[in-house]
Amino acid sequence: MNKTINQKAWFFVIPVFVLVAFNAIIPLMTVVNYAFQETFGNNVFMWEGTRWFKQIMLSERFHASLGRQFLFTFIILFIQIPLGIAIALTMPKEGIGVPICLVLMSMPLLIPWNVVGAMWNIFALPDIGFLGHSLNALGFDYNFTQQIGDAWFTTILMDVWHWTSLVVLLSYAGLQSIQPAYYQAAEIDGASRWAVFTKIELPKMKKVLTIAILLRFMDSFMIYTEPFVLTGGGPGNATAFLSIDLVKMALGQFDLGPAAAMSLIYFFIVLLVCWVFYTLMMRNEGNQ
Amino acid sequence: MAKITLKDLSHSYLKTQSSDADWAVRDVNIDWEDGGAYALLGPSGCGKTTLLNIISGLINPTKGDILFDDKMVSNLNPVERNIAQIFQFPVIYDTMTVYDNLAFPLKNRKIEEDKIKAKVHEIAEMLELSSTLSNRASGLTADGKQKISLGRGLVRSDVNAIMFDEPLTVIDPHLKWILRSKLKELHQKINRTMIYVTHDQTEALTFADQVVVMHEGQIVQTGTPVDLFEKPKHTFVGYFIGSPGMNLLPCEFKGGDVMLNGKKIETHTKVKSNNFSKTEIGVRPEFINFSSDGIPVKVLSVSNTGRHKIVDTQSQSGKIKMIAKASEDIPSGSAFLSFKKEYTYAYGDDWIIE
Repeated sequence: MNKTINQKAWFFVIPVFVLVAFNAIIPLMTVVNYAFQETFGNNVFMWEGTRWFKQIMLSERFHASLGRQFLFTFIILFIQIPLGIAIALTMPKEGIGVPICLVLMSMPLLIPWNVVGAMWNIFALPDIGFLGHSLNALGFDYNFTQQIGDAWFTTILMDVWHWTSLVVLLSYAGLQSIQPAYYQAAEIDGASRWAVFTKIELPKMKKVLTIAILLRFMDSFMIYTEPFVLTGGGPGNATAFLSIDLVKMALGQFDLGPAAAMSLIYFFIVLLVCWVFYTLMMRNEGNQ
Repeated sequence: MAKITLKDLSHSYLKTQSSDADWAVRDVNIDWEDGGAYALLGPSGCGKTTLLNIISGLINPTKGDILFDDKMVSNLNPVERNIAQIFQFPVIYDTMTVYDNLAFPLKNRKIEEDKIKAKVHEIAEMLELSSTLSNRASGLTADGKQKISLGRGLVRSDVNAIMFDEPLTVIDPHLKWILRSKLKELHQKINRTMIYVTHDQTEALTFADQVVVMHEGQIVQTGTPVDLFEKPKHTFVGYFIGSPGMNLLPCEFKGGDVMLNGKKIETHTKVKSNNFSKTEIGVRPEFINFSSDGIPVKVLSVSNTGRHKIVDTQSQSGKIKMIAKASEDIPSGSAFLSFKKEYTYAYGDDWIIE
């Protein structure tokens, strides 16, 4: 096929380029700009080289919030992925139950982040919240505003409530796409329920689960609003995840240089983990 | 090994049924003799697969009983019925190797490792899968995958019956022949009851000793390929089997005679009753000759297939196709046709009058 050469076509790319420039490239470059310089306002900048990067990389505060972040993300992944698959497996495959379940499942996903945070804050208040009050009435010494364990428990519970549905919906879509013949063949072959799950359902859900894990990793790794509204990062710094810590540094202390450096490091960690993860998950696909 | 009996079997996918069309399968009564090679033949949507799934236990019929060797099995699951079934599209376990796929039904039944190994190798040898045994099954081509599906159905040697649900749909034509003769060969070797569902008459007629023809949920005829050809019990069998199919012409029954356009036609049997809303005369193109006297027709066209000529003619009651020898001269314009009496049948409401 002969391609027509027409350089004017570049004009059509301009709108997209402008859009991407304004919503991604320029803001990012601003951050890069701050990350290598020191400023005291009045648009006066001094070159600092890699100083802020070194400072962040060696700072115990950053290590602590990064550690908390990984711990939080892994805990919610370990709960949400199996739980989501389990719920998807129990959902009806046909009939009136399907739309009912789907709507119920989608509900938490439709609630804005800060509303979720506020809801759970009130829900979990030890004196007047339904959850907090009930737990205390049952004899548990529960107070998420003062006890680190309780704060983590509440934050994780909130995230599980908010986001497990996403895993459920994706898994459910994966399950629905399995041809009935697979189940029939398994029945004929005398496969146990567990074998059906591990040999048919799980392999067929591999792609949607990859997406689910990736999305949940990214979202939870960048979580900000919900814990901010729920615990504000407290008690102390116990639930100050990376984003919360970053905002404290940038807006609370106005350390723009270190905050910008931290943003970039943060960004590269997310990028790197996603890339490694995706490559690992997709490695086997090439052999097929 | 068992004789399979279906008694007054009907199945509907709907909760309530108001007309015949609501039933996927209706009033089926049939015995599948032990060790027989059967083909279940019919167009898409006639209920073949439903019937097969009822026999294997994947579907519980709405009404009726299933008996294996006169023992009720209606409430047993596929494993308890000990049935092997192969589906239209290849079903393989993606994450397993070819070997593990073939061994899977045996492993689930807790058979000793040595026996599994021997059996899998035997089946792999037969299906020419030996060289790929250690490969991952998901990497195979469509026919490779379907061979695995076939293999999984064949590894168990103690099954009551093996059912094939249009298993060669995705296979290349040249391989189809090979696999079909393999199945036939296998049938002779292991002597299990085999039921082969297909909508392809060639496939049915070459595979089976007995062909069961289904139409709109009913079994319309069971018989050898020759029976189906020479004496179709239902008009559907007449035109579905044979190429071209049977000629069916509207006619009148008058005092035991069959009248085509006022002209009496000799048929195989006399007509006794007259209580039909639709009356037809049926004769295959192979059993029609040109003659000096008979049904007046106009010759429309002649197509030569090499072995014989197919002649299209127009009579007053409709088009009639006939087959003539390749060497025969075909009259042009007007001619007369005569039907061979012993292969000419009267049909009342689509069923043969005997």
